[in-house]
Amino acid sequence: MIELKQITKIYGNKKKRTTALSGLNLKVEKGEIFGVIGHSGAGKSTLIRCINLLERPSEGEVWVGGIELTGLGKRELQQQRRKIGMIFQHFNLLSSATVYDNVAFPLTLIGIPKNQIRKKVDELLSLVGLEDHRSKYPAQLSGGQKQRVGIARALASDPDVLLCDEATSALDPQTTDSILKLLLDINKRFGLTILLITHEMHVIQSICDRVAVIHEGGIVEEGPVTEVFLKPQHTVTREFINRDASGAEGEDGLHLAASVPRPTWAKLVRITFLGAKTYESVLSQVVRETGVHFAILQGTISTIKDVPYGKLTVSFEGDSGQVEQTLALLKERELDVEVIG
Amino acid sequence: MDQLDFSKIDWSEMATASGDTLQMMGFSTLFTFLIGLPLGILLYTFSKSNAPVLIWIYRVLSFIVNIVRSVPFIILIIALIPFTRMIMGVSSGVEGTIPPLVIGAAPFFARLVETALREVDRGVIEASYAMGASTVQVIRKVLLPESLPGLIAGMTITAVTLVSYTAMSGMIGGGGLGDLAIRYGYYRYETEVMIISVFFMVVLVQVLQMLGDRLVIYFTRK
Repeated sequence: MIELKQITKIYGNKKKRTTALSGLNLKVEKGEIFGVIGHSGAGKSTLIRCINLLERPSEGEVWVGGIELTGLGKRELQQQRRKIGMIFQHFNLLSSATVYDNVAFPLTLIGIPKNQIRKKVDELLSLVGLEDHRSKYPAQLSGGQKQRVGIARALASDPDVLLCDEATSALDPQTTDSILKLLLDINKRFGLTILLITHEMHVIQSICDRVAVIHEGGIVEEGPVTEVFLKPQHTVTREFINRDASGAEGEDGLHLAASVPRPTWAKLVRITFLGAKTYESVLSQVVRETGVHFAILQGTISTIKDVPYGKLTVSFEGDSGQVEQTLALLKERELDVEVIG
Repeated sequence: MDQLDFSKIDWSEMATASGDTLQMMGFSTLFTFLIGLPLGILLYTFSKSNAPVLIWIYRVLSFIVNIVRSVPFIILIIALIPFTRMIMGVSSGVEGTIPPLVIGAAPFFARLVETALREVDRGVIEASYAMGASTVQVIRKVLLPESLPGLIAGMTITAVTLVSYTAMSGMIGGGGLGDLAIRYGYYRYETEVMIISVFFMVVLVQVLQMLGDRLVIYFTRK
């Protein structure tokens, strides 16, 4: 649905040049929710603005829905932009227009008859749950309500793609969750392709199917969220995941584990599991069979989108034969086992 | 000067002068608006442009605006006499005053328009372009409605400035309250005429300012 090919964006003039993106490639499939995560300054804002050409890339191609955008004339670009909805961190609503008029705005641009606009806007307002606020002005709404107006407005011209530029970053955690739920609902109901950028792992974990990690103007890691989340390869990815899990640094409880006095024969193991296995008593069955003892040093049981997962750092105590057997059995039961110390 | 004697005042002359002032103020405000608003929009759009040509046009326009604004109004009136005669047929009286008033005030108002447009949230403009709006649509449907309170405030300031400019146009026989105040009140020591004339002008300015402030509050949604 969206494809960026070799996108480079350089800001500034001859004296001072900043490279925001360098040779970046990205592909988003139809109907998926794709997240791009990165620190501020990593280039994610530039990336999302390149997709509807709010920023024109210095080099490279931008394909949306089978059309290459950088080569289009003014008029054609305006046409194509109507198929790309966008919501923003600071909502960007018209402060002089009511909720109703804000949602109607993209339709008035195309010059659609008033009665058709009314029908569409009514539909959208009930979709985002703002029927009772239609005559209010944005200043009278809460942050979450403003973002709902933003979403309704973005959907007004029946786009194929929705771009979310840090759409929940200005909202409190509860409101964030309700907005994410709404986005997920829209994605499922209309099969809308969503590309979002964020600096919060929580957002990625809640609704994304695939994720890309952007760092210094390039994608350093990309894949299904479950995969990237459970087996992060790049240090930046690890940072994001660990910060979100513990609220503090700490390499997966390793520091903690290292500081605990334990018998030298004990083995430190990280066990990862996904899906239905999360709720099975695999670990207890296996240790009963082999007779080893274990201590859980750190652990998380949670979900990625709808998929449950668990991540445990465990210290096994027993003779080495028993421990080896335990690990073998765990692997047999299709758990991911990694000896880390 | 002993006692003030207001019975000496020629009220019919006062009424004519008041009417003249209102006419000068009204017409010049109207034309200032009609010329200054597009000029202000142009200044804003060109200053935001990426095209080097438009940026140069902006610089030239901006320079002209600055020149007109820095020339004292009284000099401007005199310098414009030939021009006024060309377009109005006369260079004095109410008609003769309107061109210099408009030329003096339009660049001033244009700057106020430019400033008001700059105040519009960049994000909202960006969002509109993202929705496929053209530049003309952005100006009509976003910039102007969003900056409406600022535009009204600017128009109010301009109208008040025009009231004080009309006073100076007495120099070219423009008539009006200011002219009356200078001719009778100052040159002929008829203090009463001066007091009444100035009083009417004060009332006029007060009314304009109050009206403007009310409208600004009415249209402010923030």
